[in-house]
Amino acid sequence: MEIIVCVKQVPDTKDVRLDPKTNTMSREGVESIMNPFDRHALEEAVRLKEKHGGSVRALSMGPPQAAEVLREAIACGADEGVLVSDRAFAGADTWATSYTLVKAIETIGDADLILCGKQAIDGDTAQVGPGMASRMGRPYVTCVQKTREVEPDHIVVERMMDDGYDVVRLPLPALLTVVKDINEPRIPSLKGKIRAKKAEIKTLCAADIGAEEQYIGLAGSPTQVVKVFSPEPRGNREIFSGSVDEQVEQLVACLKPFI
Amino acid sequence: MLKVDSDVCIGCGACEESCPFGAISVEDGCAVVGDNCTLCGTCVDECEVEALHIEGGGRTIGMDIEAWSGIWVFIESRHGVIADVSFELLGIGRKLADDRDVALCAVLLGKDLHNSCDSLIAGGADIVYLVDDSALGQYREDVYGRILEHLIREYKPEVVLAGATAIGRSVIPQVATALGAGLTADCTQLAIRKEDGMLLQTRPAFGGNIMATIECPRSRPQMATVRAKVMAPLEPDTSRNGEIISVAMEKELFDSAVEVLETVQAETDQVNIQEVEVLVAGGRGLENEKGFAIIRELADELNGALAASRAAVDAGWVSYPHQVGQTGKTVCPKLYIACGISGAIQHAVGMQSAETIVAINRDEEAPIFDIATYGVVGDLFEVVPALTKKIREARK
Repeated sequence: MEIIVCVKQVPDTKDVRLDPKTNTMSREGVESIMNPFDRHALEEAVRLKEKHGGSVRALSMGPPQAAEVLREAIACGADEGVLVSDRAFAGADTWATSYTLVKAIETIGDADLILCGKQAIDGDTAQVGPGMASRMGRPYVTCVQKTREVEPDHIVVERMMDDGYDVVRLPLPALLTVVKDINEPRIPSLKGKIRAKKAEIKTLCAADIGAEEQYIGLAGSPTQVVKVFSPEPRGNREIFSGSVDEQVEQLVACLKPFI
Repeated sequence: MLKVDSDVCIGCGACEESCPFGAISVEDGCAVVGDNCTLCGTCVDECEVEALHIEGGGRTIGMDIEAWSGIWVFIESRHGVIADVSFELLGIGRKLADDRDVALCAVLLGKDLHNSCDSLIAGGADIVYLVDDSALGQYREDVYGRILEHLIREYKPEVVLAGATAIGRSVIPQVATALGAGLTADCTQLAIRKEDGMLLQTRPAFGGNIMATIECPRSRPQMATVRAKVMAPLEPDTSRNGEIISVAMEKELFDSAVEVLETVQAETDQVNIQEVEVLVAGGRGLENEKGFAIIRELADELNGALAASRAAVDAGWVSYPHQVGQTGKTVCPKLYIACGISGAIQHAVGMQSAETIVAINRDEEAPIFDIATYGVVGDLFEVVPALTKKIREARK
């Protein structure tokens, strides 16, 4: 079973700190990590490979630094890492991103199964996975919390819904986006880390994947940012002072209707 | 590409200060653009000497924008019941349609849903497009996507709204990609720009505690998803008139490669935090699971429910159904007490419309105080138990 896992390098958003005076993000000491949802997708891919044979290739669109997560993917069991990187991809929205990833897959060779994390923790849109499936004309299911059955021509998975889940059967080739419940990712082995260190990460630019300028990066993005702004502070903003007891006393007085 | 005109740049650093992503800095007296620049354009506006330019913005592919008209809401139904979020979207859709002076249409896909159409008209729709077929009885990605795409190509609405639900987030990106349409997820505000009738889609933007307003200048339809409880439904008005159009479609369009073998509805003894009047929420400041015991006591004392920020859920101190925020639930309770929550925008958008907000945090600079009605700067491990005790005494 040939599997491609799409991974993204993202800032660890839980460490992002705010400079309250300028309302800008301080990126000092903020680690770049593999998007957590993608980590679960990778783990699922490796488990499927271990059970059914085949190979797992990790693919990422990002700046040169994103090669780090591809190495991490190899350390965790991927056979190969491919980075598609080009200044021309900058400013891409999800439409341009899915275009670029699909062009990359057409270049490196297709797979029976494409796995993606449900969403990236920086954009939080959950749009690229379904977008890729649409472009490739392949059946897909989002929010997979379990793979029940895998046969050469079809798979059966549990798809998380708002009120429970559906058990869904779809033919291969297919694309799945996965949620964290699907598995517990392994810690990379020493052997894996050595392999990762030695691995050559294939890097492809826009020309290598035959990407047309009008469909990539900012130029290829149907959504455009009009403005970016800090929300106005609102609310009473009545801050109490005094000892803990004094503050609590004042607060309880204000909360009378709820008591 | 963000280009710096080094002849013009005076190295004043205004761009560096204004960048929400820390992607531009002054080196050797000239601005230098980093790899993580998102081309948002904030620095271009800030630069007083006009040394910054974004090149290659916007698609050149033409589309006859004028031919697209009307506001659509994709109506979601599951097990024969129309989701609340659909009525909320008809609420905002009505306003957008009135601002644009066009029709508001509800698009309903499913099986045996004829009787649901009247409620959609009472909820604000002028037209209901109904595609009723047994093949649509269960949500399946391919057939729902294909039917929706066909309807959009046929009727050319300028705007399509959908709930950011499991179904919405699954099918809408597929449709948007197939149509080459711009799609903005999890919008917190939607408005029509007076000058040109463009849909302005506002959502929290990652990093920097900022909001971004987005537009789709050259593509149609303009698509957006919105989470439940962000918008408000209209008061149902059964005197409203509207048209129900049953759309007939070719049999082949209903083929599906996806089979739903089983549907399992979760047993929840879990309280739905969206329906509770008082919420006591904990964040990273709680430090561990035991911190939640303190919060829980306060919640119990006020007959409220427990809520949490993403940080607390990711840390495993409380389960996901309690999560409030951009990737959790949106709530608007009468009282929201935020303990040890910094109030970053991704959380704030989930609770900022609560009637009364109390913030308890030891950091007086925490953004949560900007939106709080009342604030206590202090150690929550002292304040919360004291508060619980005082409330208990006051009840007696």
